[in-house]
Amino acid sequence: MDFLGFVTELVGRDGAPGKLADWCAGFAPELVLCATIVVMLLVRLPGWGQRINAFYVALVGALIGLYYVAPWTLASPTAAPAAPLFDGLLINDSLTVFFRSILFLFLVLFLIFTRLSGIPDREDSPDFYTLVLGGTIGMCLMASANHLLTVFLGVEMASVPSYALAGILKGRRQSSEAALKYSVYGAGTAGVMLYGISLLAGALGTCHLPTIAHQLLNLTPDLLAERHTVLLLGGLMVAVGLSFKLSAFPFHFWCPDVFEGASAEVNAFLSVASKAAALALLARVAIGFTHAPGEPASVQPMVQKAAVVRTVGYRGDGPASVALAVADEQAEMRPNGAHSAIEEEVEPVDVASVPRSVRRYVVGLIALLAALTCTFGNLAAYNQSNIKRLLAYSTIAHAGYMMMPVAAAIQLSGENPAEAGDAIAALAFYVSTYLFTNLAAFAIVAFLRNTLRSEQIADYAGLIRRSPFLVICFATILISLIGLPPLAGFAAKFLVFGYLVNARLYVLLVIGGLNTALSLFYYLRVVKVMTIDPEPEDRLPANLSLVSPAGVYLALLTIPVVVLGIWFDGLNNWTRAATQSLFM
Amino acid sequence: MEQSALIWLSLIVFLPALGALALVAIPSDKPDVIKLFSLGVTVAVFLATCVVAFGGATDTAHFEKGVAEMQDAFSLPWIKSFNIYYFMGMDGISFTLVMLTAFVTMLSMGASWSIDRHVKAYCILFLLLETGMLGVFLALDFFLFYVFWEVMLLPMYFLIGVWGGPRREYAAIKFFLYTLLGSVFMLIAILILYFNSDLRELSADQLVAAHVVDGVDAAEAIRSEPKAQHTFNILALSTMGQHTQLFDDELFLGKSLQWWAFLLLLIGFIIKVPAVPVHTWLPDAHVEAPTPISMILAGVLLKMGGYGIIRICYPICPDAAFDLAWLVTSIGVVSMLYGAFAALAQKDFKRLVAYSSVSHMGYVMLGIGVWSATAGNNYNPEYWQMGMNGAMFQMIAHGISSPGMFFMVGVIYERVHHRNLDEFGGLFAKSPVYSGIAFGIFFAGLGLPGLCGFIGEVFVTLSVWNYSHVLAVLSAATVILTAGYILWTLQRVYLGPEYKGPHGDHITPINGRELAIAAPLLALAILFGVYPRAIFDYMTPSVNKEVEDLAGWTRATKESRLLEQRVELDRRRGIENDPLIGEE
Repeated sequence: MDFLGFVTELVGRDGAPGKLADWCAGFAPELVLCATIVVMLLVRLPGWGQRINAFYVALVGALIGLYYVAPWTLASPTAAPAAPLFDGLLINDSLTVFFRSILFLFLVLFLIFTRLSGIPDREDSPDFYTLVLGGTIGMCLMASANHLLTVFLGVEMASVPSYALAGILKGRRQSSEAALKYSVYGAGTAGVMLYGISLLAGALGTCHLPTIAHQLLNLTPDLLAERHTVLLLGGLMVAVGLSFKLSAFPFHFWCPDVFEGASAEVNAFLSVASKAAALALLARVAIGFTHAPGEPASVQPMVQKAAVVRTVGYRGDGPASVALAVADEQAEMRPNGAHSAIEEEVEPVDVASVPRSVRRYVVGLIALLAALTCTFGNLAAYNQSNIKRLLAYSTIAHAGYMMMPVAAAIQLSGENPAEAGDAIAALAFYVSTYLFTNLAAFAIVAFLRNTLRSEQIADYAGLIRRSPFLVICFATILISLIGLPPLAGFAAKFLVFGYLVNARLYVLLVIGGLNTALSLFYYLRVVKVMTIDPEPEDRLPANLSLVSPAGVYLALLTIPVVVLGIWFDGLNNWTRAATQSLFM
Repeated sequence: MEQSALIWLSLIVFLPALGALALVAIPSDKPDVIKLFSLGVTVAVFLATCVVAFGGATDTAHFEKGVAEMQDAFSLPWIKSFNIYYFMGMDGISFTLVMLTAFVTMLSMGASWSIDRHVKAYCILFLLLETGMLGVFLALDFFLFYVFWEVMLLPMYFLIGVWGGPRREYAAIKFFLYTLLGSVFMLIAILILYFNSDLRELSADQLVAAHVVDGVDAAEAIRSEPKAQHTFNILALSTMGQHTQLFDDELFLGKSLQWWAFLLLLIGFIIKVPAVPVHTWLPDAHVEAPTPISMILAGVLLKMGGYGIIRICYPICPDAAFDLAWLVTSIGVVSMLYGAFAALAQKDFKRLVAYSSVSHMGYVMLGIGVWSATAGNNYNPEYWQMGMNGAMFQMIAHGISSPGMFFMVGVIYERVHHRNLDEFGGLFAKSPVYSGIAFGIFFAGLGLPGLCGFIGEVFVTLSVWNYSHVLAVLSAATVILTAGYILWTLQRVYLGPEYKGPHGDHITPINGRELAIAAPLLALAILFGVYPRAIFDYMTPSVNKEVEDLAGWTRATKESRLLEQRVELDRRRGIENDPLIGEE
């Protein structure tokens, strides 16, 4: 294709819109953030611009971005179908819209939070907000990644600003230490992940996620045996990179140190936004490896033809499909019966066994990581005396819970695509409730730090006598994190456990259940210290009443936690709408 | 009718919660107003249950004596995406327990006058606890049941942890942890049952009878749905357990789905009962809890375990219940013996009463478990009916006598500030009215004929003979042990020449408020002992119906399954067409 033709295709001709217009429409929220960053950096140049607080610029940008995300279109029946962007590097489907909504909603709430808590100060704020917005773009990329290259790009774009954010408190040694640890760890895992991607690309001839599943489906047993080790290793290495972002065992070591060193604001960003994006990415990659979408994989950028060219039959495109239909019946993997990618001379059983073994591998890997992460996080949280460290381990444990529905979804995808989509919806639900609980938890930690000058749990003793409202909010949040009804955390766990039952992952279910009981101890200890323990005499006064901006903000975050626990039908339907077409 | 049921049952359940909400508005420096208001709320709830029991006006809900089926049932959609309904109703089993709950709660609110720290918080938590307890007994949707079950935990934790004795924090967390562990198992069982249930398997009449739908047309609509219709409806699940094969699939280790569900549910419930070996939270919780909370714990909370087994375990999982009847009865007898021996060894007055609860609740387990309707007596359910009625009666009787005993301990503890059995003696001379009432109530606990404890114990013991001679002898022997520790206690505390322990001059006669609490308990203990029909008339039809249903199921289903097992056994041994099927 000559250059002119390429340009024409992009911009369109004679009034007919080209691809670029589509891409821009699908990528609008990210573009808004990019523009906001530029405006924020440029507005400092003129003298009058220095009087403008970067916070307002960032907030306006985030709100415009949220408008372009348009979360309300999810539930409507006319929601746009999945559309690949940039020739399939990204995908703009309802799951993307959902996670973008979460990220942008978080961004808006987070910006208000930083304004209330006073970090960053006025001088630092353009830098701080630039990093936050930049990181958010990376997270949006993670949530919409459709290609292993964009997976890597997204992870890096989200990570690099995070390293800097962890060290944003320039005067504190701990903060710098946290940033250094984080970046060294991040760089190492990113390298491993990139190597894994290259192995997969070599073995499968593609990095395009939907094509990967097709390729795996097409592998003959001989070829599979030949490339077995490479595929396993590649998958494992990609899992390393994802585990780092998820802070999953055994790649969680950075998490408590970084959380202790960084400010509570940055913790909120890392623990909610970064985690949400990483989970979206995990779902994307896991689905990509195990589920070949029904549509022909026509959009394949940079696909080198695999060593063996094979025929791909589609039911409904002629007489050939009739012959294939029989084999198709026996193939276990029938998302909607629309396609069957097999060679005619291959035994149908073998064909079926290829994706099944891949699926078993993916499910086993995710389930193992989830179980270990969850158990380790809960056990390690026991004797923490610093609230940020405790919440760091709580974040690790919750990452474990949130990985469970992904395993369930992959397990279900073979037999029941609709239920598999619902399992991802359980993840989406969990992430939504987690947004409120963890943001509120870190907001409380930050507000208390501002008044008490301490982040030790022991210094919270008897706080209920001084500021009952704050303690009631915090207790609600912590109990929701345990997962007791009637709070949102319970609804989320209920859904997750439900789909584990549905996927017959009983061992994982029992581990998850026992972990819930385990986690009771340390969350309740914080509640106990705040309510039952006597108040120390030499503490700074800590008053935070409902009638203050911070109080109203906390109330706004706590109310959804209660409401979503009592009535979660609406959110559940919304998340199900977001994920129903994933496995179709 | 349904409208009035909705209003009245919701009123009974949520009036305490509304009261708690209203308490927030009362300034906390008026403890007497707060206590009076709370007492007013509990009295109002009790009056509401009385109206339902004895009112009979057309515009109120009314409990009809002699009707076995669910009465005043209503069902409103709550969370449609999971088929969760706000579904409540009552039959003889639950209604008697609701009356008991309202009554005991009212009295223990009266006993709360001695609470002097943080009165407002105490009353709010107390009222929330009452909502949880009433909800558990009235809920007919499994999810709703679970929510109420869990809602009780947190108020109870704080009531023990803040207002308890010296080791209150340990006792409170132990209580919480044990119960949460049990309820996690319960949640797993609930989910397993939910995802394997299918309303389409039931006939239209069964669907209407289980209050799933109102009319036959709607039932037919459900039956013709293309996808499985899961449900949390306890009545529908019971029907499925008894009339379909839905819960018979193998789940794990060769045991069926319902076998595991039964075991998980049983663990959850016997922790609450509590039965040996999961009873160890109870002595700690009782000893540390303030007197009114001990009354509630013994009077109401323990009954939820028994109620759960009768309402949920047995009807939903009959096959497992039949196979595991030996386990339930053995746990019962072991609890009876162990509790009695442990009570004999106690030095602490309150701990002794706590262990007597373990022993007495063992009768409940034994009575429920006596599956006499086995082959051999021609499926005659008479003995089992007797055992089940005895178990139910024992729950009510224990709900009267045990709070009384705890209150008696509390009365003397408030005066002398110790509970050491060896330092009592001679109280009869100092405070004759108090001692007289105490004698009456302790005799009721002992099971003296003419008092309420006797009826339940004798029913259970008689029914066991036909099930197992060994268990019958052991349970009869427990009666002697019980007499031993109670008489010995009375002798050590009330008889003897004079009181030599500390604070002897503080022993004042029982005051009017205390008398007003103790006297009704003693009066009811006598009334139910002399005229047990006062309770039996309400509950017997429902209990008998459940037993008959299960006996019918044994005849219709279990017999042939047992036969199959024996034939299979013979076939493996190489015997065919042997008239002595399955014999050695």
